[in-house]
Amino acid sequence: MRHGFAPGRICSHWEDQMRILINGRTVDEDFIERVEEISEQNIKRCMQCGTCSASCPMEADMDLSPRVVMHFTQMGLRDVVQGANTVWICASCHTCEARCPRGVDLPKIMEAIRLLTLRKNKDAVDPRQLEATVIDEAPQAAMVGCFRKLTA
Amino acid sequence: MKVSYYPGCTLKTKARNLEDTAIGALAVLGVELVELPRWNCCGAVTSLAQDDLLHMLAPVRDLIRAKEQGSDKLVTICSMCYNTLARANLLMRNDAEKRDALNRFMDEEPDYAGEVEVIHLLNFIRDEVGWDKLRAAVRRPLTGLRVAPYYGCTLVRPAEVAIEPAVDATVFEKFIEALGAQLVHNPGAFDCCGSYQILSHPKQALAASAELLGKAKNKGADVLALSCPLCDYNLGKRQNELVADHGLESKLPTIYFTQLLAVALGLDSSLCHFELNHEGTRSLLEERNLISTVAV
Amino acid sequence: MSTTAPIGEDKIVAKVTSKHVPIYVMGKRYDVPDSLTIMKAMEYAGYKFIRGCGCRGGICGACGTVYKKPDDYKIHVGLACQTVVQEGMHLTQIPFYPATRTVFDYEQTPAVAEAVFKAYPELFRCVACNACTKICPMDVPVMDYVAAIKRGDFEKATELSFDCIQCGLCASRCMAEMAQYHIAQMVRRIYGGKIKPKATHLAVMVDNVKAGKFKDGLEQLKKADVATLKQLYMSKDAREIEPNMSEDEWVPTNNAYL
Repeated sequence: MRHGFAPGRICSHWEDQMRILINGRTVDEDFIERVEEISEQNIKRCMQCGTCSASCPMEADMDLSPRVVMHFTQMGLRDVVQGANTVWICASCHTCEARCPRGVDLPKIMEAIRLLTLRKNKDAVDPRQLEATVIDEAPQAAMVGCFRKLTA
Repeated sequence: MKVSYYPGCTLKTKARNLEDTAIGALAVLGVELVELPRWNCCGAVTSLAQDDLLHMLAPVRDLIRAKEQGSDKLVTICSMCYNTLARANLLMRNDAEKRDALNRFMDEEPDYAGEVEVIHLLNFIRDEVGWDKLRAAVRRPLTGLRVAPYYGCTLVRPAEVAIEPAVDATVFEKFIEALGAQLVHNPGAFDCCGSYQILSHPKQALAASAELLGKAKNKGADVLALSCPLCDYNLGKRQNELVADHGLESKLPTIYFTQLLAVALGLDSSLCHFELNHEGTRSLLEERNLISTVAV
Repeated sequence: MSTTAPIGEDKIVAKVTSKHVPIYVMGKRYDVPDSLTIMKAMEYAGYKFIRGCGCRGGICGACGTVYKKPDDYKIHVGLACQTVVQEGMHLTQIPFYPATRTVFDYEQTPAVAEAVFKAYPELFRCVACNACTKICPMDVPVMDYVAAIKRGDFEKATELSFDCIQCGLCASRCMAEMAQYHIAQMVRRIYGGKIKPKATHLAVMVDNVKAGKFKDGLEQLKKADVATLKQLYMSKDAREIEPNMSEDEWVPTNNAYL
């Protein structure tokens, strides 16, 4: 099995739901507040230009592109954002952060969204399920980085 | 000249080729890398949450070790260690509140306020050895070897710890030229190889790796030079998969910049541990008569 | 009662006339003589140990105990059999803490770092918080040996973890939820059995045993009566004991059996 782990999916692929309902009741203010608090970023600065998505090396396999994660976070769609695989595929490469014309530090926002799940003791990877051949060959830095970003 | 040195875990196992060539080559250049007497894993990646100081403890402890050694400089080679240590250092320098919280928590350690400067080996060579001295020390110029530099993410992002600003970075290029090699412009020099996602999302990481290797290959590079053991794993050791499954047209050997240095300085190639490299690295250098052929 | 206390027991005989102090075991107050160890004090208070007690000599690691003092926030730690009670201490024994232990086939396991990485991948979750070192009752630098294992330095890890008595308190405090002491034990087994050069003098001594070098001496002991044995055991003249902290070069005056 090459694709070792399923990220911690909480809800299904948003595109399968065809449309997303947005009204006063769907806005999770607490989610917006927590993301801004943990990341120390003002998510309203994002103007949806899409530079982040165009720059992202992992975007092709994301449920939601980084731009859409920003948009849905602005709208407080906690379940959709936390249910997408985006933050679990993000490699914290900081390309989006370097290129954002609005100075938004997206990797910090990705981290905040990851932490909202990890802090409830839900892991996105299980170290004990790593393939033995991979541990034989991978550098320690890969294991340390992966477990720090993707386990609680 | 002696300078404190932080190796990082991988350099003691999978990337011995990176450490041994660095120590050997720097000795020839008159620099002794003095390993910290006691150090722990730096954490490889930085905490990006303002309320997560826990993951800052590891790199800060290493910086404290350097300070205890009486050093004002700490040289690192692994790109990930460099980034993690440098960012932790900036936090300790610039954020009084978090610095105090960390110092209070580590009540068994002396206080630290960012007194040590974290320096990547490329910058150390640029500033403390200098290109002229490096050129003069070359015994076996890498003439005709077409080398593409690969900075990756962690040497240049975020901007506050970049070894040189990404858009204008020339340190790797000047290093390659000083060794007498032919510099190949690499459009993917700052692209991401997928990093630690090689473990959790290998398909995506390998796709990113294949794309960036293709960019260097298309420019006619013979070899990709890098400084990160994790990049070398994704780009070098997993390269057969990039060719088989991810559309990389042909192979491109990878090499640590310190190995290029060791070869150019004429050091014994056994120091280079090419058995730990991409399978094509040794044969490429043998073909170009840069190292002597040895029975494997 | 014999007038001569058997060797080893003189240190832990309670002075019943000593002052009583309050201690709190799992929140309940007991007034106990202030000269007792935690283990003796708990027995004094009526506890009977079925688990959480072993050698009573500070070696077996069965009686790890954590306690708080009235005036500081620190977690203090000690072996119940070795630690004397203090006035106002709140304590509980943690004789066992669930810990992941990977079964491995010693014969089939190669002496490489990756063998341990595969058995305990959670090793790489260490954040260097140092809570393990702080709680260790044996002053083992746990965080440092974990760091050594992560970089594959088995020699260093063996040296640093050598005093570990497997009490498991480190695992109880671990942020990364690993069992440091089991990981270190695997490392020591691999290092001791497969990496460290064999001790040549041991082979010589085994050959000596096989050749009957010690036969006469053992026969003499077997034939001796109780009085002679006591004399041999107790008398400083009859039995030469290696002094504490003696140098490696120390040898007994009578080296007939070396």
